[in-house]
Amino acid sequence: MRHITFAVVAFALAVGVAAAQEKPVRLKQAPGLDKVEANCAGCHSLDYVPMNSPFLNAAGWDAEVAKMINAFGAPIAAADAKVISDYLKSNYGT
Amino acid sequence: MITRRGLLASAGMGTLLAASGAAVQEFFATGAGAEGALKMSPMLPDGTRTEALLDTLPGKKPLIKLSYRPPNYEAPIEYLRSEITPNDSFFVRYHLAGIPQVDAASWRLTIGGEGADKEFSLGLNELRQLPSAEVIALCQCSGNRRGLFQPHVAGVEWGYGAMGCAHWKGVRLKDLLERAGLKKEAVEIVYHGADGPVSDKTPAFVKSLPVAKAIDDATLVAYEMNGEALPHWNGFPVRLVVPGWTGTYWMKHLTSIQAVTKPFDGFWMKSAYRIPLGKFPIVARFPTQETATNTPITDMVINSLITSHNDGDSIKIGSTVAIAGIAWDGGYGLNSVDVSTDGGKTWTDAALGENHGPYALRSFMLPFVPRAAGAHVIMARATNKIGQSQATTLIANPAGYHHNLIQSLTLVAS
Repeated sequence: MRHITFAVVAFALAVGVAAAQEKPVRLKQAPGLDKVEANCAGCHSLDYVPMNSPFLNAAGWDAEVAKMINAFGAPIAAADAKVISDYLKSNYGT
Repeated sequence: MITRRGLLASAGMGTLLAASGAAVQEFFATGAGAEGALKMSPMLPDGTRTEALLDTLPGKKPLIKLSYRPPNYEAPIEYLRSEITPNDSFFVRYHLAGIPQVDAASWRLTIGGEGADKEFSLGLNELRQLPSAEVIALCQCSGNRRGLFQPHVAGVEWGYGAMGCAHWKGVRLKDLLERAGLKKEAVEIVYHGADGPVSDKTPAFVKSLPVAKAIDDATLVAYEMNGEALPHWNGFPVRLVVPGWTGTYWMKHLTSIQAVTKPFDGFWMKSAYRIPLGKFPIVARFPTQETATNTPITDMVINSLITSHNDGDSIKIGSTVAIAGIAWDGGYGLNSVDVSTDGGKTWTDAALGENHGPYALRSFMLPFVPRAAGAHVIMARATNKIGQSQATTLIANPAGYHHNLIQSLTLVAS
């Protein structure tokens, strides 16, 4: 699973010429941030997280993570998905 | 009888402004940029307001960056003060981050499918040599103003600027489908572009239109935007232009058009961009995609935007200010824009600017002289020729589409 994630990131960087001047998005330093960065940033910049805050409750963030996996095919291991959900609920939830 | 509105409409916005006093002229002369601090609606989520910033994509003026990748950038309200939005001010919206720089020389568009007699393909020069058609049309994201929904719904938290109106030139989609020999059995036209997902597990952005809309004279395969090539960020070299319908159908970097005899069941039709049936006063139907409970979003709802002021702006007692903005609908024709300067107690018919056709933005303006100190609540309400008017109560829906609640701004006179 890990090598799939890296392949996704590599592709994102390859097409990055068109995305131009993306600046680093700094999310809150808290447990789980490493999993968020490793699993989410391959397909989209992390500004999607603060943009969607703080109005999602725990069920709302669970649904977002599930959508990324089930509808958009994000290759996220179940254990990582839980860490990511917990991070989002604790730091960007209501 | 020549009404004030009719007279001004026929004379155009220039005369209108000249007739309305120096203060109004001064406003328009200075109102062309987005200088100064980024002003965002306090209705937006706190995180959206904190994270957004003015950022300049190559070839663009500074736009409000909501997300870098995929790039989702909206126009500051100041860029929407004219009926035609310049290419460098036009908003940018992508679903997926695999966005190639398309090479014009090698780009090709394929037209065919099992609902057509034959398949053929065209290069850009060949397309440009076919009989052309033009339309001035507004492209507005289905989720424009999503960030203003209360309660908030997840997604790209747009303010007011996920929209732009351009003069498009291209080839009628109808002509290309005729050349492919569109069969009577065809029910939808399915199409996609060169951009796509980062992961091959993510559904590619593929859309469909009902045949009736696809063969409408106004639906274009466009290679020109305001007299120039399309900007990369707006679909170079060719995008679909679907006047009246929301931006989700306006495929950028178009590469494939396929007629099909069965409803297309891809994610971006079957699951995304759906609205509940029976909630909105929609006219254009998409029968092959409707379920018992929902339908793909289709035409834009009647709407308007005050562009002359931001909420909380200061004005001077006794001085004329222009309450001005833009209005639009799904192509049925704007009838009037009423403006209230007393929080909706009384309404006055605003002067309308030049009519660029049913799919274009139309300007409106009402001079206002505040006589008392304190707050003046300004509102605008557009009505179209089929009797539709903006919502007085926001119509909640799961994905936050079709926000056309009457705007309300407070101006403070002193």
